Amino acid sequence: MADEVKLHGVTGSPYVCRAVIALNLKEIKYEFVAEDLSNKSADLLKYNPVYKKVPVLVHNGNPISESLVIVEYIDEVWKGVPILPQDAYEKAQARFWAKFMDDKCFPAVFKAVSSHGEEQAVGEAHEAFQFLENELKVKGSKYFGGDNINLVDISATFVAFWVGAAEEALGIELLPKDKFPKLTEWSDNYVNCQAVKDSLPPRENIVAFFKKRFGKA
Amino acid sequence: MVGSEVILLDFWPSMFGMRVRIALAEKGIEYDYKEQDLPDKSTLLLEMNPVHKKIPVLIHKGKPINESCIIVQYIDETWKDKSPLMPSDPYTRAQARFWADYVDKKVYDALKKSGTLKGEQQEKAKKEFIEILKVLEGQIGEKPYFMGESFGYADIALVTFYCWFYTFETLGNYSIEKECPKLIAWAKRCMQRESVSKTLPDSKKIYEFFMEMRSKLGHDHIQKVEDFSPFRGRGVFLKHGRLVRIRY
Repeated sequence: MADEVKLHGVTGSPYVCRAVIALNLKEIKYEFVAEDLSNKSADLLKYNPVYKKVPVLVHNGNPISESLVIVEYIDEVWKGVPILPQDAYEKAQARFWAKFMDDKCFPAVFKAVSSHGEEQAVGEAHEAFQFLENELKVKGSKYFGGDNINLVDISATFVAFWVGAAEEALGIELLPKDKFPKLTEWSDNYVNCQAVKDSLPPRENIVAFFKKRFGKA
Repeated sequence: MVGSEVILLDFWPSMFGMRVRIALAEKGIEYDYKEQDLPDKSTLLLEMNPVHKKIPVLIHKGKPINESCIIVQYIDETWKDKSPLMPSDPYTRAQARFWADYVDKKVYDALKKSGTLKGEQQEKAKKEFIEILKVLEGQIGEKPYFMGESFGYADIALVTFYCWFYTFETLGNYSIEKECPKLIAWAKRCMQRESVSKTLPDSKKIYEFFMEMRSKLGHDHIQKVEDFSPFRGRGVFLKHGRLVRIRY
């Protein structure tokens, strides 16, 4: 019997995008169930009663929530292109950086964006970016995952794509190339990976979203 | 003496450090425990965790692993021959990760607020904390442990908070057992495991530690200066609007 795979999400969410990239990397056939977050489906509320959020992956009727949990699940169930390293130590490092994205980087970027580039908020975002810049410098590779993208690159999708869109929408600078040359180069390479290109929403939609949500009247 | 293969940088009352100690005990791993002086962080700690400068840090053959839940998974994946901590099938494993993540996102902040805020704010915080515990209690249900018959990763993530309950029940003047009897029954079941009972400090000892720390600040309101990036994680607190350093 064929696998039934559904992904509940919205196209503009960087968290949903992580799951989409993982599914596309593994070439998994799935149905995208577009949710209206102001009017959540009964299924979404049933599948994720704890957070009532997207993304939710439903595999043969079994739901999995939280984007990083979903990506690890996809990697464990479907063989093919590996998303996490095999070695236990390298795996721990990958999980560490993925958690860093959610615990430190994302909140700092969000503050910087919602404050329209207020100095202290941007300073904190730069602190987070500096750790990523250093990590790329130390690794000396094209991606956080080495020659190929891995969990860390996928978890940093919002840095590669959403940050640039926010900069354009609000006329602010968050990720200056001269200060973060490695991270900027990584962003350009990352968004041009086939699996990533196939998964990203249209840029103008994200720019429009930022203008609407955070733009000055 | 040759350096230990496994070293743990930790702080005895930390519920996050306790998670790692339980995992190491479950696997029967010998290790060198190094108690850390948190306001005065050692060069070793700063070198091994330059990003967060926090405990616990596991150092295995000279290489550091940070973040308690990540360390527990690393221990499980490296010492595979005994006491598996993760479920064997991917779906149940994903559920275990989800619930450990829920504990990380929700329990610490809610617990702290329930004991340190005052008046109406504290009542609201207590209510929120109990709601979170009820969600966890609901997930355990009639099962002996989070994921079924076997003690594991998700249990480890939550049970280390159990020794802190007495402190916040006393400060907040409420009984967690009264609100969530099945959760306390689960905690007591976990405490029957040597790895847990030998790791968790006595609840009264935790209470004494917390009250001593609070009295050193000389003020009922403890506000950790999380937002001041130069001081993050360096044992600096706000007292009457001024920055002070304390030693635990």
